[in-house]
Amino acid sequence: MAFFMKYILTILIFFPTVAVLILLPINKKNEGLLRNVATLLSLIEFIASCYLFRYFKPDTYKFQFIEKFNWIQSFGASYFLGIDGISLFLILLTTLLTFVSLLSSYRYIKDHVKEFVILMLLLETFMLGTFAALDVLLFYVFWEFMLIPMYFIIGMWGTGKRIYSAVKFFLYTLAGSLIMLFGIIYIFIIHYQQTGNFTFNLIRLYNTNIPVNLQILLFIALFLGFAIKVPIFPFHTWLPDAHTEAPTAGSVILAGVLLKFGIYGFFRFAIPLLPDAALILAPYIVVIGVIGILYGAFVSIVQKDLKRLVAFSSVSHMGFIMVGLFAFTAISINGAVYQLLNHGVDTGALFLFVGMIYERMHTRQIKDLGGIAKKAPILTVLFLTSVLASVGLPGLNGFIGEFLILIGSFRSYPVLTIIATSGIIFAAVYLLWMFQRVMFQDPHDQIAPYDHHLEFFDDMNLREIITVLPLIILMFLMGFYPAPFLDRIDPSVLHFLTMLNHHKIFYNAIKIKTGLSNA
Amino acid sequence: MDFKTTITWLIPLFPLAGWLLWGLFGRYLKGFSGYLASAFIGISFILSVILFFIVAYSHGFTDTLYPWVHAGTLKVGVSAVIDRLSVIMLVMVTGVSTLVHIYSIGYMQDDKGFSRYFSFLNLFVFSMIMLVISNNVLLLYVFWEAVGFCSYILIGFWYEKKSASDAGKKAFIVNRVGDFGFATGIFLLFMTTKTLNYEKIFAMVPTMPTLTVTVIALLLFAGAVGKSAQFPLHVWLPDAMEGPTPVSALIHAATMVTAGVYMIARFHVLFSYSPTASEVVLIVGTFTAFFAAFIALTQYDIKRIVAYSTVSQLGYMFMAVGIGSYTAGMFHLISHAIFKGLLFLTAGSVMHGLSGELDLRKMGGLYSKMKTTAITFIVGGLALSGIPPFSGFFSKDAILADVYNKGYYFAWAVGEVAALMTAFYIFRLIFLAFFAESKIDKGLHVHESPKIMTIPMIIMAVLASTIGFLGIPPLNHSVFYKFLHVDFQNAKNFAPIVNSMPWYVLSSISVAAGLIGIYIAYLLYIKKAIDPEKIKNMFKPVYELSYNKVYIDEIYDFLIVKPMLVFFGFLWKVVDIKIIDGAVNGIAGAFGNFSVKARKIQNGMLMSYILTLSIGVAAVLFYYFIR
Repeated sequence: MAFFMKYILTILIFFPTVAVLILLPINKKNEGLLRNVATLLSLIEFIASCYLFRYFKPDTYKFQFIEKFNWIQSFGASYFLGIDGISLFLILLTTLLTFVSLLSSYRYIKDHVKEFVILMLLLETFMLGTFAALDVLLFYVFWEFMLIPMYFIIGMWGTGKRIYSAVKFFLYTLAGSLIMLFGIIYIFIIHYQQTGNFTFNLIRLYNTNIPVNLQILLFIALFLGFAIKVPIFPFHTWLPDAHTEAPTAGSVILAGVLLKFGIYGFFRFAIPLLPDAALILAPYIVVIGVIGILYGAFVSIVQKDLKRLVAFSSVSHMGFIMVGLFAFTAISINGAVYQLLNHGVDTGALFLFVGMIYERMHTRQIKDLGGIAKKAPILTVLFLTSVLASVGLPGLNGFIGEFLILIGSFRSYPVLTIIATSGIIFAAVYLLWMFQRVMFQDPHDQIAPYDHHLEFFDDMNLREIITVLPLIILMFLMGFYPAPFLDRIDPSVLHFLTMLNHHKIFYNAIKIKTGLSNA
Repeated sequence: MDFKTTITWLIPLFPLAGWLLWGLFGRYLKGFSGYLASAFIGISFILSVILFFIVAYSHGFTDTLYPWVHAGTLKVGVSAVIDRLSVIMLVMVTGVSTLVHIYSIGYMQDDKGFSRYFSFLNLFVFSMIMLVISNNVLLLYVFWEAVGFCSYILIGFWYEKKSASDAGKKAFIVNRVGDFGFATGIFLLFMTTKTLNYEKIFAMVPTMPTLTVTVIALLLFAGAVGKSAQFPLHVWLPDAMEGPTPVSALIHAATMVTAGVYMIARFHVLFSYSPTASEVVLIVGTFTAFFAAFIALTQYDIKRIVAYSTVSQLGYMFMAVGIGSYTAGMFHLISHAIFKGLLFLTAGSVMHGLSGELDLRKMGGLYSKMKTTAITFIVGGLALSGIPPFSGFFSKDAILADVYNKGYYFAWAVGEVAALMTAFYIFRLIFLAFFAESKIDKGLHVHESPKIMTIPMIIMAVLASTIGFLGIPPLNHSVFYKFLHVDFQNAKNFAPIVNSMPWYVLSSISVAAGLIGIYIAYLLYIKKAIDPEKIKNMFKPVYELSYNKVYIDEIYDFLIVKPMLVFFGFLWKVVDIKIIDGAVNGIAGAFGNFSVKARKIQNGMLMSYILTLSIGVAAVLFYYFIR
């Protein structure tokens, strides 16, 4: 146990890779066994990751479960892991959603099952590594490797224009990351010039003093990498394609985990590394975030494809999170981090339901759907719960995040926050209207080709209920009792702000000083 | 926890447990879930009465159940404020709920969603109780939205009907428009006072700049306009009649829609420090009272008539709180809850007897066939018309007398005209439905409703005829005023009394207005002294305006909904696909052309790209180190 706790992060990161080795000898025709073993192993992984929560000390901002080994000594890269309150929950979200998406694909994924489960588990290793890495180079390696399994998952098991979507996803995010890499290396070099030390150690790099003008350039470089990942309007167009064409499991992981990396990157890297630039550029980024909120909501309203609608809703939700993060108040950042988790849970669940409907109806066109509520009461109740969580109904998790973001941002940007708040009206419009058309009212055309699918529409089976149940429970738990989450997030947020405010004071002091010297 | 706090938290606990129990196990309980749900709410009612006496004979208190949201400087708990204002509301809410639950057992008897119905209804009662006892703005907002959600699922209860699911969605979205203002008000409040706790906020109000107070009050009022269906956000309430009738009685007459009035009474300190905001409340209330009564004049759907009547009566309550007469507003809220709940239950009984018929043109002569329903309906109608000794007389008159004596003569006059119209439209309904010659299909077997429905109606009718006596002696000497006024002592007296017109003069005018309205209805529909068709043709444009609900829905559709959909379509088809994505693909295409030439180093294997990438990165790094 002591060994386990000491190396828990490494064990968690590489357990899925070990799981792949366990799966390799299994005959690829034995699909049932492959699925069951992979799902079971991902469940074990999730349970193991709960130990992180169990032993995480809530009252400190310091990184915990630290592991550090030399990796490439010649230029100061190390195998350096550690988590704070934010990465803690993102890791738990990752292990949970991996399990959930493996469990969700029993019905849909029929070909190349072995390749599928192996790619999913490899993806899990890379995602966890990215969240736990405190060495910038290590982070970048995990970050880049994440793309490959996802590329194949979309390209091989997707629908419609899946190759186009997969390539677009790959190239778009790769282009962003390369620019980001350039920024990271530049910071690394400046640090070397200032201290004479090569290091990719993030905590040491935090102390690099970079001239403000240069910071802005570098920030823009990192911004592109992270903004594409988030994605922020207008860098979002890869997302509807990728989300829509990906298989359900892919969409869940994309929305639930991969979109989190952009925000996480801002929080962990871009802002603390380049604080002055972040402070200067924040108002513009908040404006972009607000545009994203409304733009995503507006475009969602007129979508004809159910899955694309949910995809565009992510653009809107991510806008809220960006606003909360860049408003730079303790409450709004708490809200942004909370909403980050909520988005993973809520949108993940929405994609699961969309997948279940697609598997039964063989269409995602809203006009061809309808009347499902009569056939499937369990699906209706659980789907409605997820929709309402996403709308931000109080009592469910989405509300807490949204409310904290808005009430916190109001102090920094009152007018922009009011505009952002109007997004809550449009969220109700696109989600409830969708729900009404898909679940309640009869399809447009009574002799639609999908009628007999509706006739034989079966309600959720036990496996499907187990798949979504953890997410549904989380919606209520995080809505009614956010304390266990916020207690662990808050110290890290406060520390983040302290670092930033230190710079703010410093930055203001320079401004005053230069102002005086001019006078 | 001591006795009184235990009671406090048990009151919402029963309906909450009920929601889960009937929701999860309803299918095994079958018909029993109705009785059990009623019993659960009944227990909450008894506990509320006990709490009422505890507070009446000692004093109010606050209690925190558990800390809820702690983030940065924001610290909010799940906590309750129990004072005279909240116990009155508690007793009313749980009391009316109990009766409506019992009535529903009969009304919903054969519905296949029987347990689902009671589960939702219990959830609503839970949310409403929590809304009433919250002692901070965040919790208030949470349950403000939660009652809205319950309203959404109950309006759309028969979701197979498109009109029902449309109405539910409309209610939710229109309310969200109001809540947008409400939420913004909360943000501003928190920024100004750094707290969300009522007591702390109210303590700070006197020192706040008037402009800030006004803006906050108006934003909060926007939420009330949505929830309490005031003009211009009233459009959802008439459509909400698509839901089961007991739901209309409970949610859309007695409890949820009055939340806006309750909220202003609760925030009396804030509103009384902003005469401007209070004046806006008065204007909106007065206008809505008149406007909705005007629409109700010509409708034929009995539930919609009663719904517009609710909108109009809520307008009276806003008039009261808009001039700082908070006790008068609360008195009308309680008395209206009973007589309007009664009107809806009896309307439901008519529907039940006529197999769902709602059109006045297909009724008539029902008095002889359903006497209990008819008599209780008439009691409700008399109370609504403000005829003594029924409750509406005392409560509406308390408002109009204050409006006059505080010098708002125009508002008073509008209120009296609206009162005349009110008496007319409700007696038009009564005469056409119960006394005019029957136009009911011969094949239809008309029957009186079962006892389980009529007994709650009778209890409500008895209450509607007696509760008004809490309003004597008149004006500021009444039992009700003396009991509740204690809670409003911190309000600023921004509208002092300038007249002392004796109460009996004002009351006589009001009663006269009511009687004239009833008499006109009598002339038109019973005596047939005047042909209604003739009047209709004489005032054709006015009639059309009223009959078509002043075309508000059409105006919204034309000015807001349609243009927005066109704009959103443009955003998607042109901005997103053509411009943004076009640019992305354009850039990619340019690289693509280049890469045709460089094709030889590409072998289509993704891994080798990554390998090349890594080598490239390493090479760049290497170059820097050796430099």
